[in-house]
Amino acid sequence: MSGPVFYATAGMGAKVRAPALVAKDGFSARYDLDRIKGVFSRPQHRLAGESYVGRVLVLDAAKGGVATAWMLYEMKSRGVMPAALVLNAVNPIMAQGAALADFTMISGFEQDITQAIANGAMVEVDPTGERPCIRVL
Amino acid sequence: MRAGAFGPAVQWAIDHQIRVGRYLGAEDFVAVTQAHIMADTESLGVAGVDWLEGWARLPEKQRRVRVPTITDPRGTDFAAARRLKHQPWMLALERRAIAAFEALGVLMTDTCINYQTIMPPVRGEHVAYGDTGVVIYSNSVCGARSNFEGGPSALSAGLTGRTPRYGYHLDERRRATLLVQVGATPRDLNDWGALGGIVGRLAGDYWQVPAVVGLERVPGSDEMKHFGAAAASYGSVALFHMVGITPEAQRLEDVIPVGDIRTHDVGEADIRAFQTAYAKEIDTVDLVVFSAPQLSLVEMRQVADLLDGRRATIPLLAITSPQVKPDADRMGLTRRIEAAGGTVLAGMCFYQSYAREMAEANGWKRLATNSAKLTNIIGGYGYRPALMSMEACVAAACAGGRIA
Repeated sequence: MSGPVFYATAGMGAKVRAPALVAKDGFSARYDLDRIKGVFSRPQHRLAGESYVGRVLVLDAAKGGVATAWMLYEMKSRGVMPAALVLNAVNPIMAQGAALADFTMISGFEQDITQAIANGAMVEVDPTGERPCIRVL
Repeated sequence: MRAGAFGPAVQWAIDHQIRVGRYLGAEDFVAVTQAHIMADTESLGVAGVDWLEGWARLPEKQRRVRVPTITDPRGTDFAAARRLKHQPWMLALERRAIAAFEALGVLMTDTCINYQTIMPPVRGEHVAYGDTGVVIYSNSVCGARSNFEGGPSALSAGLTGRTPRYGYHLDERRRATLLVQVGATPRDLNDWGALGGIVGRLAGDYWQVPAVVGLERVPGSDEMKHFGAAAASYGSVALFHMVGITPEAQRLEDVIPVGDIRTHDVGEADIRAFQTAYAKEIDTVDLVVFSAPQLSLVEMRQVADLLDGRRATIPLLAITSPQVKPDADRMGLTRRIEAAGGTVLAGMCFYQSYAREMAEANGWKRLATNSAKLTNIIGGYGYRPALMSMEACVAAACAGGRIA
């Protein structure tokens, strides 16, 4: 049984299914994460203390510096990484990092995707179709 | 290039650029004259260094960059690694990364202030720069054209001599999308950083271009540096205009589109509130850090002047570029800072140098800085930052860490 589908303007990577971790907040691997423990570590982040490993992160916008372009690849090499990233607004660094790491990411929605997906919902992210999308299962 | 005629490194690079360009709507490429790579080993990790070494082992003709390609700060200052308690494995990884970059023909400048020290880009010059502070300064103050190019993409640009034409390479993306009316012209560098942080938060994402009006004077290079670095850090902003000041915004109508534009007012109280939000529960710090961006020669002298006749009794780190450091040595600034108990470091940046491990090894938890950018980043590494003026930071360092 499938729930609502939300279409994105751009996507890359493979189709994945995982529980969503949702917040109206930004994302930067350097600023926000303890990449060794696999948790959000910046105290001001709305997901501070939460594990992101194996989750589909549904967040507002890419933030911060350029390090994420390397860090996604490094995180993937250790298997301590999210299942996918779903963002309202992406910056080039996220696209560059996802391209290097062969990581699943989609971005750009008609609605605020952080309000459309419930935290903890099981979702499928599909960047492989003509229209990249996130589907609530 | 796509067919592999120039070897596998260039083939990978052009393929990577095509994937990124397609994602971001590029229709073609634009030739670039310089590339700047952010690639500290805390970001690269072992996997990233292994990946670089794979390209470095190629025959020389297949692995060399074709436009001048320089580097952002490294993950340590080898001369001071023991004092920072950097571990041997960190230094070994750094040495491997450096050797790989050198084999690729990259110039190891190790700086995030190349626009002050190496070769500032000129108006209209298309470049592929890493480090958000470098990009925003080059776009906004110099009028150059770059997107945020993370390490893999900046290396790609070095190898191919081009980059996908999207974002800030395009005229239409360089128009303002919000107007910020400033009611109080900042005084100290931390105030400029705070204003940049506020503007960055208001902007909200990479595709927003703030136009600032109301400043009562032209900011200097270090003030622009702190403003831009903070705007980029807090908002992922890559371009701002200051009307009547920056080159593309001599008049408001040069950058403001016809029709409505969202407008925000920022005053003295906002700038103060931004800073006190960080320091309100901290009365003592464990160290003082001047970094992010690296210090100019002028900032180095300001630190030296403030320390004259005093003694820092907690660690005080003044971090500059390998280009500024010899001048600071020659002019006695390094000696003056270190005679007063400070430590001068070069070629690294605090948050790019295993900040979490340094905190654990040195017992550092609470940090004072005049860098809004560092304040934004360092919380994720477990520090509690206080954003204060350079003068107040030095005073705290000389009072056992107590904040006045």
